[in-house]
Amino acid sequence: MNNSPFVLQPASVRSVMVRVLAALLPGVAAYVHFFGASILIQLGLASATALGTEALVLFLRRKPVWLFVSDGSALVTAWLIALTFPPIGPWWLIVVGTAFAIVIVKHLYGGLGQNPFNPAMAAFCLMIVAYPLLMSQWPAGAADFATQMRLIFGNRELDGLTMATPLDALRTALHGNARTTVEAVTGSGPVFGYLGGKGWEWIALGYLAGGLWLLQQRLITWHLPTAFLAGLGLCAGLAHLANPGLYASPLFHLFSGGTLLGAFFIVTDPVSGATTPRGKLIFGAAIGLLTWVIRTFGAYPDGIAFAVMLMNIGVPLIDMYTQPPVFGHKIRNKGKGGHP
Amino acid sequence: MLRRLFAFNGGVKPPTHKSSSTRAAIATLPLPPELVIPLHQSIGGTPRPLVRAGQHVLKGQLIGAADGNISAAIHASTSGRVVAVEARVMAHASGLSTLCVVIAPDGEDAWVECRPVPWRSLPGDQVRDLLRDAGIVGLGGAVFPSHLKLKPGPGSRGSSKGGLRHLVINGAECEPFITCDDMQMREQANAILAGATIMGELLGAEEILVGIEDNKPEAVAAMQAASGRLGERGGRIQIVAVPTRYPAGGAKQLIRVLTGIEVPHGERSTDYGVQCFNTGTVFAIHEALEKGRPLLSRIVTVAGNVERPGNYEVLFGTPMDYVVARAGPKPDTDRFIMGGPMMGYAMPSRQVPVVKATNCILVGSPALFPPPAPEMPCIRCGECAKACPADLQPFEMYWHSRAKSFGKAQEYHLFDCIECGCCTYVCPSHIPLVDYFRFAKSEIWAREREKDSADAARDRYEFRQHREEREKEERAARLAAKAAATKARIGIDPSAGGADTDDQALIAAAIRRTQSATTDLPPAGESGT
Ligand code: SF4
Ligand code: SF4
Repeated sequence: MNNSPFVLQPASVRSVMVRVLAALLPGVAAYVHFFGASILIQLGLASATALGTEALVLFLRRKPVWLFVSDGSALVTAWLIALTFPPIGPWWLIVVGTAFAIVIVKHLYGGLGQNPFNPAMAAFCLMIVAYPLLMSQWPAGAADFATQMRLIFGNRELDGLTMATPLDALRTALHGNARTTVEAVTGSGPVFGYLGGKGWEWIALGYLAGGLWLLQQRLITWHLPTAFLAGLGLCAGLAHLANPGLYASPLFHLFSGGTLLGAFFIVTDPVSGATTPRGKLIFGAAIGLLTWVIRTFGAYPDGIAFAVMLMNIGVPLIDMYTQPPVFGHKIRNKGKGGHP
Repeated sequence: MLRRLFAFNGGVKPPTHKSSSTRAAIATLPLPPELVIPLHQSIGGTPRPLVRAGQHVLKGQLIGAADGNISAAIHASTSGRVVAVEARVMAHASGLSTLCVVIAPDGEDAWVECRPVPWRSLPGDQVRDLLRDAGIVGLGGAVFPSHLKLKPGPGSRGSSKGGLRHLVINGAECEPFITCDDMQMREQANAILAGATIMGELLGAEEILVGIEDNKPEAVAAMQAASGRLGERGGRIQIVAVPTRYPAGGAKQLIRVLTGIEVPHGERSTDYGVQCFNTGTVFAIHEALEKGRPLLSRIVTVAGNVERPGNYEVLFGTPMDYVVARAGPKPDTDRFIMGGPMMGYAMPSRQVPVVKATNCILVGSPALFPPPAPEMPCIRCGECAKACPADLQPFEMYWHSRAKSFGKAQEYHLFDCIECGCCTYVCPSHIPLVDYFRFAKSEIWAREREKDSADAARDRYEFRQHREEREKEERAARLAAKAAATKARIGIDPSAGGADTDDQALIAAAIRRTQSATTDLPPAGESGT
């Protein structure tokens, strides 16, 4: 290098991605504890697919294959897909989803850093539209490993092994029966736990722990998670106050579905998200609001993916209108005349 | 007394590497065999050479006269014979050459006569001219002629109303490796503060704030002791330790830290009641006014890949390798960098002379400054924006600079970038962001120059048209006058009543004729101007 600076901070895309992966581990551990090892199979399938397709596309695009495959970004996408897809879905479900995320959503737009949409969320949206049934079959508990393997790779005799997610169960119950209430639904049935869904709340806590570590590592700033959780919590809270029988409590929303995974690992995707501090607040809050709307009034089990995709479209505009003031331009002519 | 400090956003904390070059006192060097003194060493016009080859010069003799007011004079750094006045490679990354006065020292080191300046009794303009002719420029690295910054703001010298509110003396020295200001503050604290007092008077400053990064406790202590010795007269002076964070020594950043004032890009800090000078500059001003000595040398840090890092008082024109040789360069040395690792420039050759801008010769090696990992695409992580002390969005400017949409880059305040390198320093994708900004700025300047010369050409063209028009009219007027004369000759009194109208008709006809005649002419050649 012939130009200054001649010294650089030891940082790399790889170290960023590796730390994001590490931050997912507590959530993954809780996942395995409550729902069995099948999630590990899915993580493996997604990782292999992501790395394979990434290498292939890079090769076809005549890019340095090892440099980019080893940056870890494909793995992060893969893990997020695995953690948002049902853990007992058939193997091809996650393979197709991951390949779509890497080949179409990431590389068709130019590869690392260029994709306007969050690849993992795009994959989720595609698959849930294409295979709504498969994407809604969630495990009823930690089935034994052999059964899980059979579900993933062999015949899909489900007979009582699956159930809806808590969010889904709640909505279906409320939709189907005008007289029932949130309390009646969540108070009964094996799906629901203390805060959100049984088991799911612990996984959510795992994500929360990892997310806080990312904050401490300064890999993410507080703006996005806070705005997203506040947006979702506020909507849920207001509705819940207005009609507790019809609308679930904010706590239920915060600990159900992908809320905490979304807050720290999905809305915080830098490539497809807003970048300015104020922009992040708007982007995060809007996703929170849309998530609540889609969860409450939509037809899909979770709303985060659609909300993120919708807001991805608005990012250029948000960024443009939220440019922070530049040094010296904050308070115009503050000191003119010598006496500030 | 604890002063309330302000913070600037961003900044980075690279390892400082300062301790190894502060162990020994500032050393002087024996005279080098040859001094190559470039005439252009500061912002502004290139001084005119005043000497010829073969001529004998004395130490401190003027050899280059300031070219206009935005310029600073150049002097012989020692006595000797002028060997040549010729173009030599300059201390600049470009590797271009510049006119230099080459002197073979005679070993006498004989001074011209130096007389202290009675600055207190001289009008401000005269003091400023004297400083320009003493060659005083900013020694922090920017080499801006100091006399231009010594004009008090809207008020006049000495008047408290409208004078300067804060005079900031910059001893922050935030760049890693560099310790020349640190060492000078330790060893010359009295002279620096005396200089600061003079400048405070010239500027009518209400207070004098010396900002020093808190990683230099010895310098802070020395300066505090010196200010204590000033007693009453030191009342307006405050020595302030500021938090160590690069680029706290940027003039605008230090002003912000000490006063809370943010001077926007492209505006004069005097308009905001504040002005900032480097400690080395203040020392030089003291030498120039109290001893009548022009600026001939400076303190230079030699650090990096050397056995004995340290500081030297170096005469301008001394070849860099001559200086570095004293510090024992290690065998794997691959380049000399002028300045620090954050903002310095790799030199095109090791023989380039030390100039007024040379605060540090950083000796590099592949091990010390390894080439960066391959550049990856921007992942919009925003690290660069967090680190930017000018509150810019470097990655946005990078997109647009890369795409050569320079207008867009300017909308993102490209010209507010102070090229501190913090963004490049933190980027996980190893993008040389600041290189893109330097590139974009130089492209924009080049285009503006092009446009300026196009404007000038258009002006010339319009002037020619105007001239042709005028010549046409003059010709018409001449013809008309002739017609009137003819009429007069044939017996019509032009002044008689009724003749006016005839006359005017005649003139008008003549004008019409000439105009139609000239418009039919082929256009004048393009080289007409
Ligand atoms: S630090 Fe580098 S990768 Fe991150 S936003 Fe800035 S330019 Fe992009
Ligand atoms: S080089 Fe320019 S853009 Fe980069 S951090 Fe410094 S001021 Fe900001």
